[in-house]
Amino acid sequence: MNRITARRRHPLARYAVLLLALGLVGGFYTLVAPPGERADAAIAAGRADDVAQGKKLFEQSCASCHGLNAEGTAQGPSLVGVGAAAVDFQVSSGRMPLANPGAQAPRKPTAPWVNDETIKQLSAYIQSLGGGPTVPTQEQVDPAKGDKAKGGELFRANCIQCHNFVGAGGALTQGKYAPPLHEATPTQIYEAMITGPQAMPVFNDSIITPEQKRDMIAYIVGVREEPNPGGAGLGRIGPVTEGLVAWIAGISLLVLAAIWITAKKRQAH
Amino acid sequence: MSAGSVPKPIASTSSFIDDRIGAGNFLKRNLRKVFPDHWSFLLGEIALYSFIVLLLTGTFLTFFFKPTMGHVIYDGSYEPLKGVMMSEAYASALHISFDVRGGLLMRQMHHWAALLFVAGMMVHALRVFFTGAYRKPRELNWLIGVGLLTLALLEGLTGYSLPDDLLSGAGLRITEGVAISLPLVGTWITFFLFGGEYPGEDVVSRFYSLHILLIPGILLALITAHMILMWVQKHTQMPGKGRTNNNVVGAPFYPAFMAKAGAYFMFTFGAIALLGTFAQINPIWLFGPYTPADISAGSQPDFYMGFLEGSLRLMPAWEINVLGFTLPLSVLIPALVPMGIVMTGLALYPFIEQWVTGDRSEHHIAERPRNNPHRTSIGISAVTFYGILWLLGANDEIAAFFHVSLNWTTYVGRVLIFVGPAVAYFVTYRMCLGLQRSDAAVIGHGVESGVIKRLPSGEYIEVHVPPNEAIEAHMRGKTAIPVITGTSADGDGIPPKGMRGPLGKLRAKLSKAYGGEKIPLDGEHPHEEHAAVGSGEDDKSLTRH
Repeated sequence: MNRITARRRHPLARYAVLLLALGLVGGFYTLVAPPGERADAAIAAGRADDVAQGKKLFEQSCASCHGLNAEGTAQGPSLVGVGAAAVDFQVSSGRMPLANPGAQAPRKPTAPWVNDETIKQLSAYIQSLGGGPTVPTQEQVDPAKGDKAKGGELFRANCIQCHNFVGAGGALTQGKYAPPLHEATPTQIYEAMITGPQAMPVFNDSIITPEQKRDMIAYIVGVREEPNPGGAGLGRIGPVTEGLVAWIAGISLLVLAAIWITAKKRQAH
Repeated sequence: MSAGSVPKPIASTSSFIDDRIGAGNFLKRNLRKVFPDHWSFLLGEIALYSFIVLLLTGTFLTFFFKPTMGHVIYDGSYEPLKGVMMSEAYASALHISFDVRGGLLMRQMHHWAALLFVAGMMVHALRVFFTGAYRKPRELNWLIGVGLLTLALLEGLTGYSLPDDLLSGAGLRITEGVAISLPLVGTWITFFLFGGEYPGEDVVSRFYSLHILLIPGILLALITAHMILMWVQKHTQMPGKGRTNNNVVGAPFYPAFMAKAGAYFMFTFGAIALLGTFAQINPIWLFGPYTPADISAGSQPDFYMGFLEGSLRLMPAWEINVLGFTLPLSVLIPALVPMGIVMTGLALYPFIEQWVTGDRSEHHIAERPRNNPHRTSIGISAVTFYGILWLLGANDEIAAFFHVSLNWTTYVGRVLIFVGPAVAYFVTYRMCLGLQRSDAAVIGHGVESGVIKRLPSGEYIEVHVPPNEAIEAHMRGKTAIPVITGTSADGDGIPPKGMRGPLGKLRAKLSKAYGGEKIPLDGEHPHEEHAAVGSGEDDKSLTRH
């Protein structure tokens, strides 16, 4: 008792008391306070400890451009509110982390640390910051459950002006482009629609319902897997390659035939 | 030869025919018609035989195609379109592709044949142009050819609009845009063509009549006239041994040329069948039915319309508004000016050349392109102009495929369309003169024999030998391009009639530049031998290291 009384006047005592009080208040709050939005979000996108892991991954691989708290810098936009779907789309397609800045982030092989687990953790962290669209379920993107014909009509009305008839891709202004959809997974197609990556507009659920999105996925996946009944597909980009083939294969072949036919001459006497 | 050696049924049948229509004399005269032999003379036949394939496959397609725009719900074999609303035309084109036996092959052969038809015409026209085969007396046949090419473009346009798929609709929309952009009559023409507001319900059936009846009819008539004129005027021949303006050296129609032409028909048919079998063309089922609201990235016309597409893409968005009228130059200029330059230029060239050279004589010997450097340069210049426009018609595919900025393809194209033809002219002109010099060197010095001789003085020379007789005759077929004579002023300083005024002066100037002999064949002193390793001080032409 005496010892305590004596140390009460120690120069560091006030700090010790302050820390103790803060600790108690903090601990009490954690125990008592109802689980808030943050925990909800973490649960929606994964487990709570995914968030901590995701933050670590974020600080290692993303923070240099997007800022330590994902608040955005001159190099990269804020990720608050983009949602787990955006993270899953960008990272699983290899677009993020970006190799070098340019008009647009290209699809590329994923970074070595990227796998389903790390993507989930990273997504959970970003989701915890400000919500946003979440990763669709397998059910939502199953091409087998969609209606191809309806999806085709929606695809033609909404997508082909940039992505081409069969999703072969196309050019946009100033070096930007709509990428080909040949490699995009059903989940990535869905995520692209709800998050609007890069030059793409957002097609939220009030514009195109989740069911319609699944129809579109069914069409895209169905058509790209469909064989070409007429022979070689020639890239399925329309008359440009057809014209090249007509000249390079057709006319060349016939010119060679003409040379061959006229090479045979009767010997002059 | 007694008639007894011919079997009676044949002899009596042929005399029966001969007695009534006199075919014997006709055949005797024409079966021995001589055709000169050169591979480039067969290029026009690509178009001719493609046309035959087009008629055959096209007839097949008409059996199943329904040229109406009535709405139906698709219920055919192609699953991704099942239950989709579309026009009967599109549904029947899908029916041909998936449910008619051999239908897809016929459709694809028809489309490939169409591409080869136009491409064949183009290479043929280039051959005729660059060898001056359009000169008197063949100007009319040249004009028929230009008409055929124009009609072929129209035939293609009406043809690929028929299936009423989304891509054909994009082409139709541009057609409408061009029609409506015409000053004063635009709206009227558009409503006349489409039977009301675009797209209306009539355009497919109207294009169908044009595509299968009117235009092919005119094409057939013009092709016939083209062939008859060619037959009557005889084919031009390349310069060579024993070939003059008054004879034709070659093989008779029967049997030699007929066999070759027959074989070439088989080749053309074969090439089209191969393409139709192994290369997919115009996969309309992937495009979907046409609705004016939808448009796809990479919507391009068939290749022969590509130059118009390119000029439309290059054009800045200019527009003039006067007194409530809008003059959409951004559509009007790209739609009419390049086509006007190319087609009018083609049609007028023989007459402009005659006016410039004052040449009214007949020509039956083809000119080698190098021997008329200005014509060749003008031709290559035009090819470059056309080629740049054609290339830029695909600028979005180029930007997407090569990862370059779409905007920059346009900016570069806008400069290139003016600079390109000028550069092409200059380069071609220098190349022609260089080739003429090389001909003169062959005539003057002979060709290198590969034999190196050492002279008593120690100098090494390569022995040159005279060129092969046929090659020399081919080179010596060169004639100077005529120039208008008597252009200079007389004693009183008055130029002759026709040479007065700015136009006359221009004509005299052009004639002087265009005609004449640039590099005379015998201009160089003949040498028997040529120094391989120079030793004397006097030889400045060879480097000594």
